[in-house]
Amino acid sequence: MSVNYGSKRVVTGAHYGARDWLAQRITAALMALFTLVLLVKVLFTSGPLGYDSWAAIFAAQWMKALTFAVFIALAYHAWVGVRDIWMDYVKPAGLRLVLHVFTLVWLLACLGWAVQVLWRL
Amino acid sequence: MPELTRKRPEFRNINAFKDLTTYRLPAAGWVSILHRVSGLLMFLLLPLIVWLFDTSVSSEISFERFTSAFAGGGWLPGWLLKLVVLALIWAYLHHFIAGLRHLWMDVSHDAVSKQFGKTSAVVTLVLSIGLTVVLGAKLFGLY
Repeated sequence: MSVNYGSKRVVTGAHYGARDWLAQRITAALMALFTLVLLVKVLFTSGPLGYDSWAAIFAAQWMKALTFAVFIALAYHAWVGVRDIWMDYVKPAGLRLVLHVFTLVWLLACLGWAVQVLWRL
Repeated sequence: MPELTRKRPEFRNINAFKDLTTYRLPAAGWVSILHRVSGLLMFLLLPLIVWLFDTSVSSEISFERFTSAFAGGGWLPGWLLKLVVLALIWAYLHHFIAGLRHLWMDVSHDAVSKQFGKTSAVVTLVLSIGLTVVLGAKLFGLY
């Protein structure tokens, strides 16, 4: 990636958004895979889905690790997507900055909560 | 009149209040804007999603609180929470299916055609709304 900030900034060319574009696709694929894994686990649960069988799905260490990766993927994915929305519709720089900061704080706070829930299981 | 000075049609941004009521989007346009709407909705309701995850998985006592919230035992009436969760179900289904359509178009040049764009958009809308109705009926206890 070429430098796109500071005194060495390259002001010509393209691909400034390529990294985020690619990250959004990769995180999406990971979340889609996770959805399938969760769906299979729920469908293959015998009997009605109560607390024990639901919590047991997240008990395995590999499932915890996968879920953790999906949480981070979700936060990154949502950051790229929501930032796109602000950049398309909100033109005043000050308001846009406020919304960007809000988006980051919102996502990081939710991420921290979800990770806490996951790893204390 | 020479080619350069001929008056050309001018296209400006549409006005949200004057034009949206008469603006007719093709199916792919609906999928596109609903992809945004569903994504933003899930982003704004993210604390609720984490709360649902927290209470459902943390302990049997919290699981009790999770199920009773849907019966109206929380700070929201049960039907209202179900309605919000139904909106989340739709948002997830639409975002998921439209996202797969996106990925497919990213990796296949054959998928980038006017015809595929139209048919896959219609399939996306039918599937997401159909599955939402099926899961919503389950959520509201119709079967």
